[in-house]
Amino acid sequence: MEELFANLSLGFETAVSLQNLTYCFIGVFVGTLVGVLPGIGPLAAIAMLLPATFNLPPVGALIMLAGIYYGTQYGGSTTAILVNLPGESASVVTCMDGHAMAKNGRAGPALAIAAVGSFFAGTVGTILIAVFGPPLAEVALKFGAPEYFSLMTMGLIASAVLASGSMLKAIAMIFLGLIFGIVGTDVNSGMSRFTFGASGLADGLSFVVVAMGLFGFGEILSNLEKGEEASSRDLLNAKLTHLYPTWEDMKLSAGAILRGTAIGAFFGTLPGAGPTISAFSAYALEKKVAKNPEQFGKGAIQGVAGPESANNAAAQCAFIPTLTLGIPGSGTMALMLGALTIQGIAPGPQVMTQRPELFWGLIASMWIGNAMLVILNLPLVGLWVKLLRVPYRLLFPAILTFMAIGVYSVNNLDLDIYLTVFFGLMGYVFLKLKCEPAPLILAFVLGPLMEENLRRALLISRGDPLVFFTRPISATFLILTILLLIVMILPAVRKKREVAYQEPPAA
Amino acid sequence: MKIKSQTDLWSGIMFIGFGLLAIWISRDYPFGTAARMGPGFFPTWIGIIMTCLGAAIALTSLKSEEDKIGKWAWRPMILMSAGFVLFGWGIDHIGFIPSVIGLTIIGAASGTQFKWKEVIPLAIGLMIGCWALFIKGLELPFPLFWWR
Repeated sequence: MEELFANLSLGFETAVSLQNLTYCFIGVFVGTLVGVLPGIGPLAAIAMLLPATFNLPPVGALIMLAGIYYGTQYGGSTTAILVNLPGESASVVTCMDGHAMAKNGRAGPALAIAAVGSFFAGTVGTILIAVFGPPLAEVALKFGAPEYFSLMTMGLIASAVLASGSMLKAIAMIFLGLIFGIVGTDVNSGMSRFTFGASGLADGLSFVVVAMGLFGFGEILSNLEKGEEASSRDLLNAKLTHLYPTWEDMKLSAGAILRGTAIGAFFGTLPGAGPTISAFSAYALEKKVAKNPEQFGKGAIQGVAGPESANNAAAQCAFIPTLTLGIPGSGTMALMLGALTIQGIAPGPQVMTQRPELFWGLIASMWIGNAMLVILNLPLVGLWVKLLRVPYRLLFPAILTFMAIGVYSVNNLDLDIYLTVFFGLMGYVFLKLKCEPAPLILAFVLGPLMEENLRRALLISRGDPLVFFTRPISATFLILTILLLIVMILPAVRKKREVAYQEPPAA
Repeated sequence: MKIKSQTDLWSGIMFIGFGLLAIWISRDYPFGTAARMGPGFFPTWIGIIMTCLGAAIALTSLKSEEDKIGKWAWRPMILMSAGFVLFGWGIDHIGFIPSVIGLTIIGAASGTQFKWKEVIPLAIGLMIGCWALFIKGLELPFPLFWWR
């Protein structure tokens, strides 16, 4: 306990310097700004803003990125509530009742309760990381190559199982991601693989290129296909008058926030699971326990409070596997890991002992970032509404330009720009073919790690693949993975999964 | 034998294509043995599994629900790519400022509601904003024009 406080105070000391507070503020503000823009999910937003952090010191860069992360998440909910446009799959749920509330003239309370719920969930998430991070990292230090390989397998399969759409396609996307991940020089043999003779590919595909192409470029194409109007539909012209929720709202939401936080914390910690599944489960649960289930879909405040808290708790707890094991739990976390690597920090359990100020500073700044979100965003709602009025036809050329400059500034390499076009077109094809790209990006990051750990594990066992089953921790991960697959193939669960991911009826 | 889901069929074909390509390219890399994996070991296996998964996905297209791919957005696909390629080539050859303006205009043209009197101010505004932010603010070392 004492150690926990010592750690946390070290963290706050780091985070509360004027410089780092400024980074945190900029991150939250810019993150929300970009997150609010319709048609840009958190992944694309973070990918766009990533290059802006390259020149900062590592602690500052991470703090700013964490701020961007929460900001984009929250900005996405704002757009979901006000415009009925989910920026990512997790906010699909928020659209249902959030937008219905906005139509009833209660956009203010919906936004406020989303902020309060997110803040509470974020606080709980921060405490959970502080308490469970160190012991988990200690366990992780004992992991050998087979354990890491099995754990990554579990994370990847979980991300495929929990992705929306066809599971088979999601698994195939993982393998595609692994291949993209090993492009470049093989660390063991020094051989160039899949570089097509291009020297610019010797260091591998840049993470920013893949993410920006798949999630930025590809999504703009898909939005343009639907027409510019579709991306600015439904913006309410009504003024936001009552910002604060009533006492009645608070009473209804309190339970929903608690339950949502618990669900989100659970799913967030699992590698591969994420905000989406948490938000969907929280919504289903709220509908079940509510005294007024008939109100759901028509503007029930619990339908906003529950999923929003779950979403944020999961977003926060996703840092647990990312920071302690070095294994990202979601596409966004993969981006954060990529940022760490760019800063010259090898993610993994050793970060906590070798760079305590970085680890605890980040944790403290998470909480500060969440607090800033509440303080900032409620008064700034008016500004976001104005931003949402900018027509998409003017917005997307600007986004394109920022993307191009962002990609180019990473390596000053024109090849990166051409590769972004390639991945952008791929991203659009994936969307057309209903192949979810999130598992691909996760596998892209894990590709080299998986190969390395597989190689080491098989070297120790002299080529015997049974090594993954004879070591207890590794076997546990693999059995869990197989169970996960079996459960998902069961017809009853399969049907439920399909229903859960069905688009909500246009409210 | 009737193809019901076009999306499944074409995803399957896409994965088979990538899988075979991975196997084909990896044959140049030493395979090694399981105990001593060569650089070709991992990608070859991934290619094999991806090909099988692709075949399975293509087969499900016979059973799954009707699903058409629908129209492709050719115009934005071509124009956005062209704008990006121009930017990538241009930043070294014609400089930052013409490249930004070019990308903005070509990018805007990939939409359906292109209006010169909107796009010109947008391009100039963006150019000034980007110059202030990236060149002055973040001090990125890009040449401004072709004469530097």
